[in-house]
Amino acid sequence: MPIAIYCLNRLVQLIPVLIGITLIAFLLLRVMPGDPATLILGSRGTAADIAKLNAQLGLDQPLWRQYLLFLKDIATGSFGESIAYKASVGPLIWERLWPTIWLVLFSTVMAVVLTVPLALLAAVRRGSVADAGIKLFFIVAMSMPSFWLGILLVLLLSIVVPVFPVSGYGDTILERLHHLVLPSLVIALATAALTVRSLRSSVIAVLSADYVDTARSKGLRSRQVLWRHVLRNSLMSTISVLGVHTSWVIGGTVVIETLFGIPGLGSLLVSSISARDYPMVQGLTVTFAVLVVLINLLTDLAYVAVDPRVKLS
Amino acid sequence: MISPVARERWIKFSRNLNLQLGLFMLGLLVFAIFVFPVLIAHDPLAVDFDSALIPPGADHWFGTDDLGRDVLARVAAAGLVDLQVVTVCVFVPFVIGSTIGLVSGYIGGVVDTLLMRLVDILWAFPFYVLVISIVGALGPSVGNMYLAFSMVVWISFARIVRGEVLLAKRQEYVQAAQVLGFSHIRIMARHVLPNVITPAIVFMMADVVLTILGVTSLGFLGLGIQPPTPEWGVMIAEGRNFILDGWWVSLFPGLAIVYVGITFTLLGDGLDDFLRPKG
Repeated sequence: MPIAIYCLNRLVQLIPVLIGITLIAFLLLRVMPGDPATLILGSRGTAADIAKLNAQLGLDQPLWRQYLLFLKDIATGSFGESIAYKASVGPLIWERLWPTIWLVLFSTVMAVVLTVPLALLAAVRRGSVADAGIKLFFIVAMSMPSFWLGILLVLLLSIVVPVFPVSGYGDTILERLHHLVLPSLVIALATAALTVRSLRSSVIAVLSADYVDTARSKGLRSRQVLWRHVLRNSLMSTISVLGVHTSWVIGGTVVIETLFGIPGLGSLLVSSISARDYPMVQGLTVTFAVLVVLINLLTDLAYVAVDPRVKLS
Repeated sequence: MISPVARERWIKFSRNLNLQLGLFMLGLLVFAIFVFPVLIAHDPLAVDFDSALIPPGADHWFGTDDLGRDVLARVAAAGLVDLQVVTVCVFVPFVIGSTIGLVSGYIGGVVDTLLMRLVDILWAFPFYVLVISIVGALGPSVGNMYLAFSMVVWISFARIVRGEVLLAKRQEYVQAAQVLGFSHIRIMARHVLPNVITPAIVFMMADVVLTILGVTSLGFLGLGIQPPTPEWGVMIAEGRNFILDGWWVSLFPGLAIVYVGITFTLLGDGLDDFLRPKG
């Protein structure tokens, strides 16, 4: 199957998933007990205020019409009207999208940089002290609450030894990278805890493969075998492992953005929930899920592009 | 006389360091949570401004917080709260998800296709985003947290058990039971379930680690258990405000979470080796 048709096929397959995502994000807030307008206005709201807000949010319509209106709002890109910001949700989300994407990208790069050498070392020296040490380190990293690790890193590297900023985002690209080091490191450690384990076992499998034996018998030194043959294959499996954990990485940004005051989607979600800004929460849940689906698609396509053995079916 | 099966199990257990260490750490944890509060003279809720922010020492092993409350007493009391919440948040999705996975995989057909489509779609929502949105919409409370975790986490168990059921269905013992005319419910519960549940039990241990991080994150964000009830995430959030004057207020609850995480990671690895059939 040519790659163009494969891509098209994958995109068509996305349609029911995307419809499902909007339906779930829509129902999530509708099945809740209590009526949003009463919750938003609190005890101060009069019956007339509540009726007015219900009409403004479209909540006086039948459920199926509300869903169609929501789809229409998505199609026009407005995603509805935010209660807290008194503006369209869509552009507000778009503005907040980029810090989150940079955070995800930066932490993914860091996770790869941590994963590949450590997993290779653990696999090549299987059963050694180094292997056990790496395993223990990542069991601890996996168990650490991200917000706690973040607070400790800020205490050490922003306050006691002021190397990195405490919080915020910065204006220029360099400033932003500087601001993103600590938050990305926290996410990267949690991600690497998942990827090191699977990469280690896949490298062990590769090390016993025939082509590695062939390379060795050709007289290549073991370092050359490692770099040329094993590492290349390992990178591929790292891509696919990272793809599986996309949702985990993106979810991790919610807490970290709030802790470090990064103006991204995650901190917007937390503040919108506190403000009971239902249209915003709805738009954000859709955005998060679509991001996960798109990144998964991209990793699949990257895999296809890199590995000629993957069958396009 | 010890039966050969029990003997073999004992040998398997005695070689399983992960499981032994995990069980030992779990025992220590249970001891700390249930016995410490009795032994320590300090009340986790007693406010005493005269003894605010005392560093760790002989009288207060983990120091005191800004309101003069004993941090060790609070970490122990919070442990009871957090572990209760985590137990429910793991066990309920385990039961729901395994049942759905079992029935869906066994019946197959349209029901299975529809349920798995639902699982695929729910899978796209990041765990934290979904849990935070549900708890946020319902309002922060323990009951709503149970609901949110149950609504989100069952999909993992359903996926795992369904995959195992699809493999088991092709085995001869299931076909034999069908030929013998046993009811489907009996085949599912008595024949298939015992053969497919092991991976779900192993995953349950990993899920404890994810859930303790989720529950404490909600507490940290102010969306979970509410103060003054001691809770590890809430304590870390409170300590953050005076981290320079009292680093111990945030440090110890965090270490407690890490301890629970390590314990259940070891238990998960250990159970995986212990329960998996040879070969």
